[in-house]
Amino acid sequence: MSASQSNKFGFTINRSRLIDYDASDRKVREYITLREPSFSLCFACGGCTATCTAGMHTSFNLRRMNTYIRRGEIEPLRDEVKRCMLCGKCMLICPRGVNTRNVVAAAADAIGKLERNEL
Amino acid sequence: MNSELFILPFNIGLYFILIYSVVRSTVWFRNLSRPDKLRLQRGFFGRPFMDSLKEIVMESLLHRKIFRKNPVLGYMHMSLAFGWFLLIVFGTIEADFFGEKHLNPPSHAIFFRWFNPDHGAEGFASIYGFWMDLLLAFILSGLLLAIIKRFTPRLMGMKKTTKHTWTDRIALTSLWLIFPSRLLAESFTSGAHGTGSFLTGNLGDALASFLPAAAIAPWFWWLYSLSLGTFFILLPVSRYFHIPVELFLIFMRNSGITTGDRHSSYTEVQTHACSSCGVCISTCQMSYAAGIHDIQSAYFIKGLRNDRDISAITANCLMCGRCEEVCPVGIELGPMRLIERRQGERSDRTMKLQEKYSLLRKRNSVEKTSTQSYGYLVREEPEKADVLFFAGCMTHLTPSVIAAMKKIMESAGVRYRFMDEKGGVCCGRPLMLAGRDKEARELINHNSDIIWKSGAQILVTSCPICYKIFRESYYLEARVMHHSEFINLLIEEGSLRLGYLHRKVVYHDPCELGRGSGIYEEPRAVISYVAELQSSAQERNMSLCCGGSLGNLTLSSGKRAMIAADAARTLTLGSPDELITACPLCKKTFTQATETKVSDIAELVAAALPAPRSEKAKRKPARRAARAISNG
Repeated sequence: MSASQSNKFGFTINRSRLIDYDASDRKVREYITLREPSFSLCFACGGCTATCTAGMHTSFNLRRMNTYIRRGEIEPLRDEVKRCMLCGKCMLICPRGVNTRNVVAAAADAIGKLERNEL
Repeated sequence: MNSELFILPFNIGLYFILIYSVVRSTVWFRNLSRPDKLRLQRGFFGRPFMDSLKEIVMESLLHRKIFRKNPVLGYMHMSLAFGWFLLIVFGTIEADFFGEKHLNPPSHAIFFRWFNPDHGAEGFASIYGFWMDLLLAFILSGLLLAIIKRFTPRLMGMKKTTKHTWTDRIALTSLWLIFPSRLLAESFTSGAHGTGSFLTGNLGDALASFLPAAAIAPWFWWLYSLSLGTFFILLPVSRYFHIPVELFLIFMRNSGITTGDRHSSYTEVQTHACSSCGVCISTCQMSYAAGIHDIQSAYFIKGLRNDRDISAITANCLMCGRCEEVCPVGIELGPMRLIERRQGERSDRTMKLQEKYSLLRKRNSVEKTSTQSYGYLVREEPEKADVLFFAGCMTHLTPSVIAAMKKIMESAGVRYRFMDEKGGVCCGRPLMLAGRDKEARELINHNSDIIWKSGAQILVTSCPICYKIFRESYYLEARVMHHSEFINLLIEEGSLRLGYLHRKVVYHDPCELGRGSGIYEEPRAVISYVAELQSSAQERNMSLCCGGSLGNLTLSSGKRAMIAADAARTLTLGSPDELITACPLCKKTFTQATETKVSDIAELVAAALPAPRSEKAKRKPARRAARAISNG
């Protein structure tokens, strides 16, 4: 391993792995967990994303949305949450019994509240 | 003591409620939309008028619907409503006939015995007095049942009874006091004058034997008048406002006015026509199967009436529609809840008493902002087809149903195109049930575009949820059919050859297909054609919800499982071989709740198809023969 390569090893930061604590906003997560407590049961298996009706047409990904919410990253959530059709397939697939429809509905409401500065 | 002063509370109350009812009805009428105004005018001066009169007698007085539910409960309501009505009518006739002059003021009829204490001693007057006593006894028997019901609702076939606000409680107390105080007032007066029939006469004699009847009587006449007056004054702010409002509602409904999709005079009238009887509470599966007792329609309407923040109540409902089926007043509870779901959040507040009397109420509603957007959907150019098959999101979770449908359509030689084979777009009904109509409209437009372009004559869907919205909210040329209807059509046409399966099956009516769309007969016809159909305790319009409903956004999976288990238990009481449903969501929910095999109606029919003579099947005997030769 040359010196130039070893410099890079372990020090490159993958953008998607970066958690910026200054930008992290936990309010949305708290709001969602309060309105739909089953949200905390999610173990990110991705079944919801695999079956998703909207996911067939767009990049909507409930599992990724879950990560954003937990990390408190609100910016990417804003557009993401608007794509769900609330059809309920994910709810039936979920092995943990998370009421996923209400999670999305609560997330959409939380974003709205955040914009109106009510959260 | 000024003898006639006691009629004052009654008179104040009576004239107040009469004027108030007329003014409020006028305001309601003025706020109706123009077409609804015309409907009501036409209804009032046309044939619907007679229907309304009949309905008022049958429902508002005789309470036929409650009778059907439970005879004792029906008798209780009838004795109070019809008995009181007769008492007023015959009391007025009595005052007019036996009184010193004709056309007396109402107080003269109500307090007839006070003004004519010596009346009814003999002859026809005594026979009439007997009749009046009989009516009073009739009402008192109902009152006794009402008191028993309040403390032990189970005796009347009610699992739960409604919890009331304080105005309701005072109004209830004054209502309960009216008839016993009349009984005692008449008895004391009769006792003092030696008149009265079997009830008031005998009780009066007994009381007069050890009490100064003449001195006590005025107190009870005061109590009688006061309780009547209090009842009338509290009427507009209590649940008893349903008595006058229901008459108005019956005329409106029979004129063809419907709830529509926004708050109007009609929803206002429906809100006040609810008597909080609680029949919806004991019918609700959320109540008796899942132990949630505070979200039922009676509480929903009560919250609406008192302008509370009821968003949690509104959202937590399966939208199965069972309460609407049993509502004795016929309130459109489903559409009312959907209207409320479309509203944004509102602040919770307690209404002041004077606000409750106010004639025109502005609800503090907020317009919900659109949250979803589906700009990413790409327009499709579908192939032409006569029959378009739309499985629906839920059906994609039950691939066996899709396979069965394919098999059936191929066997019948149907030329079809599978619209959402590679995963289509949601029909929009789940969004609509969540109160997001604007967003649903986007999906409706997308799907409509595909259906129109395909030029299909028939649109077949396997999901009752899609079926309902296709029929009601899509503008289509194609005939929309649920697959049970379509299979029935194929059988009737003779294009489907089916064998007979020797199985006992029970059929579960899915909410959106049965109560939601009125399809009861076609699935039964199909099932009876291929298997032995059992009946179940709760079917057709009283069918149970499987608990999986998309109508409820907030119900936890645990509670859903409780409802599913209870419903499955009821359905499998006759120990059938199979539980048949016509909805992929019901199938998925029931599969987890019962040991009995759960199948879709399409799967049952596919199983009854004669086995195809495939290449493999043809080859088999030959191979067996070859093996026999090589062995032997």
